[in-house]
Amino acid sequence: MSNINRRDFLNLAGGVTALSALGFPMLSFGASKRVVIVGGGIGGATAAKYIRMADSSIDVTLIEVNKYYHTCFMSNEVLGGNRSLDSIKFGYSGLKKHGVNVVHDLVTGINPDTKKVSTRGGKSFSYDACIVSPGISFNWNTIEGYDAKVANKIPHAWKAGSQTSLLRNQIKAMKNGGTVVIVAPPNPFRCPPGPYERASQIAWYLKNNKPKSKIIILDPKPKFSKMGLFTAGWQRHYGYDSTNSMIEWLGVDSGGKVTRIDSKKLIAYADVDFKADVMNVIPPQKAGKIAFAADLVNDKGWCPVNHQTFESTRHKDIHVIGDASIASPMPKSGYAANSEAKVCAAAVVAKLNGKGAPVPSYVNTCYSIITPKDAMSVAMVYRLEDSKIIKVKGSGGLTPKDASDAMRQREVSYAHSWFNNITRDVFG
Amino acid sequence: MIKKHFIRIVLLLFGGMLSGAILAATPSASMLANTCAGCHGTNGSSSGPASPTIAGMSKDNFIETMKAYQGGERPSTIMTRIAKGYTDKEIKLMAGFFSKQKFIRKKQKYNASRAKFGKKLHKKYCEKCHEKGGRSADDDAGILAGQWKPYLQYSMLDFTKGGREMEKKMKKKLDALQKDHGDKGIDALINYYASQK
Repeated sequence: MSNINRRDFLNLAGGVTALSALGFPMLSFGASKRVVIVGGGIGGATAAKYIRMADSSIDVTLIEVNKYYHTCFMSNEVLGGNRSLDSIKFGYSGLKKHGVNVVHDLVTGINPDTKKVSTRGGKSFSYDACIVSPGISFNWNTIEGYDAKVANKIPHAWKAGSQTSLLRNQIKAMKNGGTVVIVAPPNPFRCPPGPYERASQIAWYLKNNKPKSKIIILDPKPKFSKMGLFTAGWQRHYGYDSTNSMIEWLGVDSGGKVTRIDSKKLIAYADVDFKADVMNVIPPQKAGKIAFAADLVNDKGWCPVNHQTFESTRHKDIHVIGDASIASPMPKSGYAANSEAKVCAAAVVAKLNGKGAPVPSYVNTCYSIITPKDAMSVAMVYRLEDSKIIKVKGSGGLTPKDASDAMRQREVSYAHSWFNNITRDVFG
Repeated sequence: MIKKHFIRIVLLLFGGMLSGAILAATPSASMLANTCAGCHGTNGSSSGPASPTIAGMSKDNFIETMKAYQGGERPSTIMTRIAKGYTDKEIKLMAGFFSKQKFIRKKQKYNASRAKFGKKLHKKYCEKCHEKGGRSADDDAGILAGQWKPYLQYSMLDFTKGGREMEKKMKKKLDALQKDHGDKGIDALINYYASQK
């Protein structure tokens, strides 16, 4: 008996309640439970589907302003000319088939006291549990001269869709011998290897179409995700470290921190000035807008959560998943959002059925494609220990440095499989 | 009626205590298996082009596969790194989950005349263990029918040139197939499996 802790007790209590549905109607819950999900990206859509798969008696409403979602992952392949924008575009008909009530509106407020979500369209939705998956927003003007308006001319392309097209078209229109300047963001940010995969993909296009061109990455960090594998890949394919390298990376120690841009002259000001023909500024980031309106963020602009349930530590019955949540050591990635959403969905389903939160398990898998025949991956398995997400010792890690060409080519086909499967797992 | 319920509650309470105390840190089978879906598809049926469908695998085959990845005995890109994240108990739970899932076959490209030849070769060299045209997981055989083509190609490369271990029976048959028909024979087989819906 001494081994029974609070969670076990809740589990027992839950067991009795569940049984009551079979034998003791006076103990049953009656009306169906309502979950409102804010945001139809990877986290929100996964949570909606997995709640319905686990318990179809739960009423799930997903509120998302856009009719379509463009995945950020694989949008770099669009920039490299290796994929169409349409192939990363997903609608919500699959979720509707799972019985999810999809509402296209913008959530403007979440009231934790009345447990109601309100929208720009003037609607109000009551919830027993609310799951917020708001993604990221940008800290405009942290780099002087770069704001939402300038982004219409100098794309960030860090939310995929029209921004991706804008950057792709600029690169296509650039002269042979032009310079693409990528301004990388400080930590933490969505998709840590993304800026460097982007450089690889653009390099692939330039190498084959405009071989005299250059890419300069200006970075406020001293190092970056998968750095050794990226630079080795750039050496294999893009002359990195040679006098004729197509890609140049300048970290903070080499004067790569950009403080200001001139959007008219296309100049990035770091220790020295960098004149661009095409510029891509990936600004510093914080949680999506609604997380601020709903008071879910800490002083750094991200959302603290309970790692077992993803319930906000600031407001009860509101859960935050995906890039906006603080789930470190899990990265801000699509796979992490998908995995967190499933853990959160299971916790919400358990709670609404009067049970304690289940023991979680999480995974992240992330591929970066350097050329159509050369990719690498990073993976990690996570578990909960002392209420914190931890990496399972001995698991995960990077593609080995000495992986053969054949194995790296297999990673490309597994990267594409990953894309096909995760998008169907989320939206299908 | 009341007595029956009472017994069920008592069983549930004590069952709960036992599992609560012993399995405190082990996630449920579905919790574990859901983490695989990002690469292998919801409930283990992959949409390809290369990640294999793992739905319908026999329990022992699943366990043996994960063990071989953990030990690095089976060539892999990412699975060695992922398999090392799980305990024996967790692998067993996942094995149970996927063995109960239906292998959903999706359309893929194949060469019809090679597939026809492959069907004959399958009957001669493979059907004895991979029964029902490679659809069966009986006796822990891997399901081949409808598996993704690149995955079958990688696997056959690993068996023939990559040092992947196989059972004596299989080696004997595969050697014979290669001697009689060469790489074309293997390609025909793969097209046959890819053709099955």
